[in-house]
Amino acid sequence: MYIVIAGGGEVGFHLAKALIEGGHEIMVIESDRRRAQWIEEQLGSVVLNAPADEGRYQLEAGCQRADAVLAVTGEDAKNLVICQLARYNCGPHGRVIARVNDPKNEIVFKTLGIDETVSSTRVLMNVIEQELPASGFLPLMPLGGSHLELIETEVTPGSPASGKAVRALNLPEGSLIGGIVRAGQVVQASAEAVLQAGDRLIVFAPTAAEAEVRKSLFG
Amino acid sequence: MNVLIVGCGRVGATLAGILDAEGHGVTTVDVERASFAHLPATYRGATFLGNGSDLDVLRQNGIDKADAFLALTQGDNRNLMAAQIAKEIFGVKRVFAKVNDPIRSEIYREKGITTISRTTILAVLLHAMLRDEREVGEVLLERTLHLERQMTGQELADAPVGAKR
Repeated sequence: MYIVIAGGGEVGFHLAKALIEGGHEIMVIESDRRRAQWIEEQLGSVVLNAPADEGRYQLEAGCQRADAVLAVTGEDAKNLVICQLARYNCGPHGRVIARVNDPKNEIVFKTLGIDETVSSTRVLMNVIEQELPASGFLPLMPLGGSHLELIETEVTPGSPASGKAVRALNLPEGSLIGGIVRAGQVVQASAEAVLQAGDRLIVFAPTAAEAEVRKSLFG
Repeated sequence: MNVLIVGCGRVGATLAGILDAEGHGVTTVDVERASFAHLPATYRGATFLGNGSDLDVLRQNGIDKADAFLALTQGDNRNLMAAQIAKEIFGVKRVFAKVNDPIRSEIYREKGITTISRTTILAVLLHAMLRDEREVGEVLLERTLHLERQMTGQELADAPVGAKR
């Protein structure tokens, strides 16, 4: 495939490198002369030293025959204009893909005709939400003069603690639920109190037993 | 008429001053607080410190009630993005963008955004003056001179000469 990369920053450079390694033909458009020179030293004659948001340089870079144009500068407004001009300059088969820095702008780009966007913020958020379901587990602080610490955590809908009485939690020895925050009110964590999804717990526990606390609450 | 102006540089601030003096509702938005110093001392309209191509900032400043929207920052791309948001997302009727690159101007004009390049406007005007084509620039020059007289007059009136009284 022939791919035009608009913007030779960190993202643009590494993308270019990976695409070359994958056997693709590429062209990077970079407006900064020294940066363009540096990329050329690293990757060979695959750089056009020009502003990518001007139509004639897109044509010079061969957008007409490109299979894809990727706008990956650090500026959303610039990426939008690069893509809209590329839509104008590309052949009908050419894909136009924009990097979006502010995730709010994904919807803006879509409304303005640029359907394919990649938001690194969004991608990272998704990873964090999937990989760290217990991210609501927050060691707050060590308690002075002891080997204890204070943990704040949230009972999530799927967690084994949800629907269980405090006495049935199987918390490690020496740990204690100090209180339950439910709908903005503090509820006493008596042995009979039944935990619900959405409850926030304040837990006292030996620092060494943090992993066990996590296990008994989240499985 | 409610007018939202993004970019309070010399052009934005001067226009804001004219519209405000005529009694229109004017809001100017800029990312730099220092830019608001360009506004005339008599300006009674609103100012907002923020990014004029941010949906929330525009909503906060009543873009849904704006009769006209002008993107007059120093960046062509920012102006084009803000102008398109005003037109396509908020449906503002009259949308203007300052765009210095004539090629970009042309393409976005086809999308229904009135693009203005002061480079080409000034060049065309000067060319006409050199050729003594008075009809091209006469009205414009007359109004400009009138406005400039007003602005300098105001500045003289604002100057602390009264302190000697």
